[in-house]
Amino acid sequence: MTDSKYFTTTKKGEIFELKAELNSDKKEKKKEAVKKVIASMTVGKDVSALFPDVVNCMQTDNLELKKLVYLYLMNYAKSQPDMAIMAVNTFVKDCEDLNPLIRALAVRTMGCIRVDKITEYLCEPLRKCLKDEDPYVRKTAAVCVAKLHDINAQLVEDQGFLDTLKDLISDSNPMVVANAVAALSEIAESHPNSNLLDLNPQTINKLLTALNECTEWGQIFILDCLASYLPRDDRESQSICERVTPRLSHANSAVVLSAVKVLMKFMEMLPKDLDYYGTLLKKLAPPLVTLLSAEPELQYVALRNINLIVQKRPEILKHEMKVFFVKYNDPIYVKLEKLDIMIRLASQANIAQVLAELKEYATEVDVDFVRKAVRAIGRCAIKVEQSAERCVSTLLDLIQTKVNYVVQEAIVVIKDIFRKYPNKYESVIATLCENLDSLDEPEARAAMIWIVGEYAERIDNADELLESFLEGFHDESTQVQLQLLTAIVKLFLKKPTETQELVQQVLSLATQDSDNPDLRDRGYIYWRLLSTDPVAAKEVVLAEKPLISEETDLIEPTLLEELICHIGTLASVYHKPPSAFVEGSRGVQHKRLPPRAGSGESTESPDVGQSGPSEAPPAVIPSQGDLLGDLLNLDLAPPTATVPSVQPSMQMGAMDLLGGGLDSLVCSSPMGAGLGAAPAAMPASLGGAPAVGGGLGDLFDLGGGVGMPTGSYVAPKTVWLLAMKAKGLEISGTFARRGGIIQMDLSLTNKAMSVMTDFAIQFNRNSFGLAPAGPLQVLTPLSPNQTIDVSLPLSTSGPVMKMEPLNNLQVAVKNNIDVFYFSCQYPLSLLFVEDGKMDRQVFLATWKDIPNDNEAQFQIKDIHLNSDVASNKLQGSNIFTIAKRTVEGQDMLYQSVKLTNGIWVLAEMRIQTGNPNYTCTEPRIVYANLLHSQ
Amino acid sequence: MIGGLFIYNHKGEVLISRVYRDDIGRNAVDAFRVNVIHARQQVRSPVTNIARTSFFHVKRSNIWLAAVTKQNVNAAMVFEFLYKMCDVMTAYFGKISEENIKNNFVLIYELLDEILDFGYPQNSETGALKTFITQQGIKGQHQTKEEQSQITSQVTGQIGWRREGIKYRRNELFLDVLESVNLLMSPQGQVLSAHVSGRVVMKSYLSGMPECKFGMNDKIVIDKQGKGGTTDEPGKSGKQSIAIDDCTFHQCVRLSKFDSERSISFIPPDGEYELMRYRTTKDIILPFRVIPLVREVGRTKLEVKVVIKSNFKPSLLAQKIEVRIPTPLNTSGVQVICMKGKAKYKASENAIVWKIKRMAGMKESQISAEIELLPTNDKKKWARPPISMNFEVPFAPSGLKVRYLKVFESKLNYSDHDVIKWVRYIGRSGIYETRC
Repeated sequence: MTDSKYFTTTKKGEIFELKAELNSDKKEKKKEAVKKVIASMTVGKDVSALFPDVVNCMQTDNLELKKLVYLYLMNYAKSQPDMAIMAVNTFVKDCEDLNPLIRALAVRTMGCIRVDKITEYLCEPLRKCLKDEDPYVRKTAAVCVAKLHDINAQLVEDQGFLDTLKDLISDSNPMVVANAVAALSEIAESHPNSNLLDLNPQTINKLLTALNECTEWGQIFILDCLASYLPRDDRESQSICERVTPRLSHANSAVVLSAVKVLMKFMEMLPKDLDYYGTLLKKLAPPLVTLLSAEPELQYVALRNINLIVQKRPEILKHEMKVFFVKYNDPIYVKLEKLDIMIRLASQANIAQVLAELKEYATEVDVDFVRKAVRAIGRCAIKVEQSAERCVSTLLDLIQTKVNYVVQEAIVVIKDIFRKYPNKYESVIATLCENLDSLDEPEARAAMIWIVGEYAERIDNADELLESFLEGFHDESTQVQLQLLTAIVKLFLKKPTETQELVQQVLSLATQDSDNPDLRDRGYIYWRLLSTDPVAAKEVVLAEKPLISEETDLIEPTLLEELICHIGTLASVYHKPPSAFVEGSRGVQHKRLPPRAGSGESTESPDVGQSGPSEAPPAVIPSQGDLLGDLLNLDLAPPTATVPSVQPSMQMGAMDLLGGGLDSLVCSSPMGAGLGAAPAAMPASLGGAPAVGGGLGDLFDLGGGVGMPTGSYVAPKTVWLLAMKAKGLEISGTFARRGGIIQMDLSLTNKAMSVMTDFAIQFNRNSFGLAPAGPLQVLTPLSPNQTIDVSLPLSTSGPVMKMEPLNNLQVAVKNNIDVFYFSCQYPLSLLFVEDGKMDRQVFLATWKDIPNDNEAQFQIKDIHLNSDVASNKLQGSNIFTIAKRTVEGQDMLYQSVKLTNGIWVLAEMRIQTGNPNYTCTEPRIVYANLLHSQ
Repeated sequence: MIGGLFIYNHKGEVLISRVYRDDIGRNAVDAFRVNVIHARQQVRSPVTNIARTSFFHVKRSNIWLAAVTKQNVNAAMVFEFLYKMCDVMTAYFGKISEENIKNNFVLIYELLDEILDFGYPQNSETGALKTFITQQGIKGQHQTKEEQSQITSQVTGQIGWRREGIKYRRNELFLDVLESVNLLMSPQGQVLSAHVSGRVVMKSYLSGMPECKFGMNDKIVIDKQGKGGTTDEPGKSGKQSIAIDDCTFHQCVRLSKFDSERSISFIPPDGEYELMRYRTTKDIILPFRVIPLVREVGRTKLEVKVVIKSNFKPSLLAQKIEVRIPTPLNTSGVQVICMKGKAKYKASENAIVWKIKRMAGMKESQISAEIELLPTNDKKKWARPPISMNFEVPFAPSGLKVRYLKVFESKLNYSDHDVIKWVRYIGRSGIYETRC
């Protein structure tokens, strides 16, 4: 065997030679030639010119040769569709072969050839193969349905393959079942609402039976599929868990992790006082620890997942600290992850051991690792109060090593320790000051400056120290500049006599010589404060600061819940929801845990008709960038939409948002007109005020890409009432329109120490007469640290008063402690009614009647959607497309919207193909972040 | 699912490229080369995301295997699959090297076609694969219909790891209990962490479809039996049992049965395979104790003394003992004196390597060295990596004992007594380190 020689042919004229050899009469020579072709293909050479010659070799009884030719076909068929058709006959014939291996090979290969013409011919053989007597052929055909679906989804549905595939779940052969499950799960991902998998106790039972018998890979497919099932009650949940736990002893780590995923998810439904719940918790720890003796790459995946599990259920691994100790030879990626988990598990009981380890790590070679270890010591101090003193002295020891990056890192964490335990460890400041000169990283410099400023009264030469930084003020990074400015102002307030000159100097540096607006602004604020009211300045600048919290790097709870549902997958490795790294509609549905057992009602009003567990409303809190994108932008434009009723019409200025990004920052004042419509007079009924802020949320969302229309967009919950301001009651919420009913989804969190009861809610009068349609249903008392989700149906029959901005809503919530007030803004799309589709004729007539000055235009940029998708998306939010026409290659959509108070809004949306900009002319609707896949 | 699979040599040249999904293009091949292989040391994770495409890689000697995807795949599965693929390739043509891969590229493509379909891993048991993917490549035609359906039913069947109709004149089995004992000890001799990870490897040469039952001195099982009031002296067996923290099994073992009865029953694959893996942390016999003493004499000299003590029955012999004492980077010369074995300073490895061929239990030996240092102005202190040890001992440091392995084959006329059974225990050092 010296096939390597095929890799070395690089002569010119090679193609001609190959051609000759391929057409040779000698079988051996032919085969040699095909091998050479495949080798060239592998290294990236274009051998597509040989297509007809290679395909000619297909008719052979030599299986190896046949496979090689198939391999070639899969690669080049797409580029030569007409010639590929030559192969069809052979495929069809092979699908009838007596040998099951050949039948399977043919159907497997055919599915990989993405040429429409071939696809047509595939249907019949595939249908036969799905019912083949041989399980090997059936399991191959099952996967082939998924392939075909990827090429032509409609065809698969029309041909009824989905039903056949569903039948295979009851197949007698476990591997056929597993492949059918895999194929169905994949297809279901691109049809979020299809309920394709249709999991019910019977199918679950079949899956669990097959689980015991199929290959390790099949077990993974089945477990991953099981994880998306929502058991009816805790008993069913327990019985599934019981049948899944044996998988924890499987040699394949992926089987173990997928089993852990199922258990973590279903455990949520078990009452905590159940004996079985405790047993299950105990059973989870050993397999997780065992994963750490796998190969390093798998350890990495396991550690990333354990990081999530530890955050969700710290009790599982709380006694296993030692296994996360770093080994000298661990790869760096394993070391860094272990360190993270060590901090999460650190507690009073094990802190001594942890600290000893961390100190050891701080002397290692890898800079990143050392830094993280130093930082970890600081986190220990903040997390476990009893250890703070020991941590500080450890850090001081490390500073004595004078290793530059260790010193800098240590200073950054000591700053945090000061913030957590003020007036306790300031004696170390002198040591810190000694190292001033060696600090060259902005973060460390900023930290040091903060310390000097904060404790200026105890540092004799504080002014000298700060002055030394001031010399190179303009070369510093912004972080350092801001810190320096604040520190010198603090110093001045504490020692006004000696430092007047210094403060003058820094203020002028900041305000006059800087290009940075933040710095200038801060400089001016200080300047004015100091010059007008030094007492007030003192109160502001030297105000007592809130203590920093213990866990700063926890994953946000809703994201954590979603990631738990993705244990074992890439999402759990990246710690990001799949939508953040997967393109298109696949896998972007948000998954969530089943409602917790026993804790009051489970909110999220049932999503009528279309909900599997995975399709519940989105629950991910967006990152900051997204939040900006959500902010709503509505400018009020002159009245245009004439409404069939007598009511004066009202216009909403439209804005962008197709893009989500900074430019969609909300403008709730006429300033926003830069983006869109000019301010205009309000219709009489609402008063004459111009701008309306707030309103349409992300009806579209670029990030979501090509999502399917799935009803109106629901913004993620945002915090409306801070616990600080409401004696410990935190309220976050969002609005949704479900089945024509407006709902306010609230999460009430008790962050106080005592139990809260007797909740009630009331709205102030508002622009559209929104009012609660029923009382606030919080049945059980809200105990400390508990969160309850409530959905409050709203009516629009309340008293009307024009608000500023238009969509502002003032809310009062009462509980046994007090009454709290907050205001929030609802998306205007909430008010778009389902019967907002205007008759075409009426639309035309109305359109013409709209005076020109009632019209506003704006552009929505960077939306890569075609008009149909856009139209579908908008329709999900009750923005109806009345007509569409194409003018000079541009699609124009005419759309209508009706608000709950009977006002109509008409819009024209122009889509330039090839140019992802949408221009909307219109009676201003705002297409705020138009596309959102949810 | 997996969108494509690439194999590269150390230079980043593609040896094998197989694309399974339409969303993976040829540019993915280059993206990995440029961003990972050529980035050398900067790769800090086995999973890399480049332009919304995720790459999983493992390395075997200087060969890179990369799986590519654009979806939210099961990451653990992808790595398991890559390891499995290495196993399969090794089983077919030996070591994974550039030459072997080039020599067998047609075979590899054939394997990849079989074990991965549309990115979904399929049966990857070499036992099954070898029945129909052969290096001759021409089997297929000469098989009878029965043979063919036997292949397909094995590949898809419940017992995909074993074919029917195996016959041996002599029924024989070998059990190897292979343990690696891991230790991290503080300079003061305090055990920071210690565990044994063990494997039970079985070589079976048994006819037919034998049903096997494996028993060991698992504490849970023994205690259960003790309560039942059966058989031999409970006091003795209680002492000898060991607490197993966790174990995992080859897919032939019936997991649900283990879960309910804690009995290990299975139909074994033919030939060699790993029956189980386990981990213990309690009552581990640490075969060696390392006592380090490092003294810095001035700025240019270091005195090191290391004592090792063997801690097992005097009648047993440990072998292949190697102690590795790290030395600072600025070492200029080393003088070593040892009572036993040979010791050498290896400048390229920055370590003194002390080798002893054999050592009996309950003995002790010592080495002392003087290390001369070049003066440096490097502020950073020497990190003092731990002293590590390698050895091999003829017992299981966890205390695990095989109690029985029963074989039942009802259809053929051989019984448990006719099977020749061999058991062997080998304890090796895993990461066996003492900080100094």
